Amino acid sequence: MTPARGPGAVRIAAGQGFWGDWLEAPYRQVTGGPVDYLMMDYLAEVTMSILQKQKSRDPSLGYAKDFVPLMERILPIVAERGIKITANAGGVNPRACAQAVAEVARRLKLGGKLRIGVVTGDDLLGRLDGLLARGHELRNLDTGRPLSDVRDRVVAANAYLGAWPVVDALRRGADIVITGRVTDTGLTLAPMIHAFDWRPDAWDLLAAGTVAGHTIECGAQCSGGNCLVDWERIPDLANVGYPIVAARPDGTFEVTKHPGTGGRISVAGVTEQLVYEMGDPAAYITPDCIADFTTIRLEQAGKDRVRVSGVRGRPATDKLKVSVAYFYGHKAVGTLVYGWPDAYKKARAADRVLRQRLADLGLAFEAIHTEFVGADATHGRLALEDVVVDDLPEVQLRIGVRSPDKPAVERFTREIAPLILNGPPSVTGFAGGRPKPEEIVAYWPALLDKSMVEPCVELVEV
Amino acid sequence: MRRRSSKRRVRLVELAHARSGDKGDTANVGLIALKPAYYPILVKLVTAARVARHFKGMITGPVERFELPNLRALNFLLHGALDGGGTISLKTDAQGKVFSTALLRLEAELPR
Repeated sequence: MTPARGPGAVRIAAGQGFWGDWLEAPYRQVTGGPVDYLMMDYLAEVTMSILQKQKSRDPSLGYAKDFVPLMERILPIVAERGIKITANAGGVNPRACAQAVAEVARRLKLGGKLRIGVVTGDDLLGRLDGLLARGHELRNLDTGRPLSDVRDRVVAANAYLGAWPVVDALRRGADIVITGRVTDTGLTLAPMIHAFDWRPDAWDLLAAGTVAGHTIECGAQCSGGNCLVDWERIPDLANVGYPIVAARPDGTFEVTKHPGTGGRISVAGVTEQLVYEMGDPAAYITPDCIADFTTIRLEQAGKDRVRVSGVRGRPATDKLKVSVAYFYGHKAVGTLVYGWPDAYKKARAADRVLRQRLADLGLAFEAIHTEFVGADATHGRLALEDVVVDDLPEVQLRIGVRSPDKPAVERFTREIAPLILNGPPSVTGFAGGRPKPEEIVAYWPALLDKSMVEPCVELVEV
Repeated sequence: MRRRSSKRRVRLVELAHARSGDKGDTANVGLIALKPAYYPILVKLVTAARVARHFKGMITGPVERFELPNLRALNFLLHGALDGGGTISLKTDAQGKVFSTALLRLEAELPR
């Protein structure tokens, strides 16, 4: 089989799987071998609300700030090699992100050599009341409740845009496309549509590109990272190679990585990533198409090379998913560590004492949640049925509370440390001090008619 | 003397690997056969009802199952698994990352 590279194939490299991913990955992707595009996914559901908070404090912020120094490091290389970048690092302020990158590029003497595309139109925060007034209820997809229930507590609202506005930016000559809430898969699909001139109703091709996007959107999770199958024999994770999609015009593609890197690309590992965060596999819905994951064919095409073919798709729906972030309440989690003998028993006793004190104080919580780390935090009672808990060398008591009432949560944080002197013995691990109460910004998924959202593409010349 | 049982008890970890993730308060577990021959066994033994029993008391909603014969995988949706999910949850595993291996603890009876 011919490897998918050279004329006819387009190589799209994953550089970030989430905001906070490995800072070395983008540099390694653009220097480790030939690539045409670098795709960087930054936005998780909770990220938009964090960025909205930052923007409300400083209108020049609201994007993934570490994207800018990353660009500073790789821009000279990508400019020289003609590598294009798609990134949803723009968060709730893509224009400010683009300006910051443009300034860096000018400082690097790349003036006149780069064009930045900016995709906006996803931000619905300023339009919410208008939409609600026009009868768009933005009902919660899980609970069915209308958004009006929490309207006064909304902190961010964004529609998920698909690949097409990114394609538009690429067609207008953008070298770097910076977006707000564009789907993770759209960032990979867009370069394929652009390179191969796929039509908006070529559903099988769009579905194939969407599967490619899903495969690499979590970075190294398809190239050996977080891979359970044969995990001990996956080579050289310290030097893990992030995945690259080598795509062909007919919608088939190979998942591969640069030579000489660690990790592994196998059918079993790619399968793990395909089923990650999966709902109904026959209907993987994006703004661009509906992809049918039950049609995917995988085969090992060589060492660290998996060939993907057979993907079928169906027409896109007339809705866009909307992610609303709203203020929910407060929470805090405190921990203490108990040592042998009877570590588990002591931790349980401490939990009982603490709960009684909270009750005696008359504190009301929406939830109190206790875990015994080292015994049941990951697998609950399933683990306790399998292990002799009486002889565990140590157990961490981890107890959390949640409430709309901030003072109740604050009072809880004062009840952990006293247990060190006035609770069960052999306790340590409190050097971090009092737990910090946190604001909970929760996520409200909804649908909105596509016709209500108009993506906007601007260009910034460097 | 005890008669030798015609069935053999195995843990799913001997038959499958898995990965899990979250969508709101729902955890998904993708269960993948380690060998092609194991897939029909998984389809037969690891029903939605069996998985719901396995996680009884640990999830508050129903279990849905989807089949991916092309990948020799089953996908389970465990509703109400994450104490509200995402930022609301007080769980260590607020994003359902280790529900996958919790499912692999399930014991199934195989014909000898």
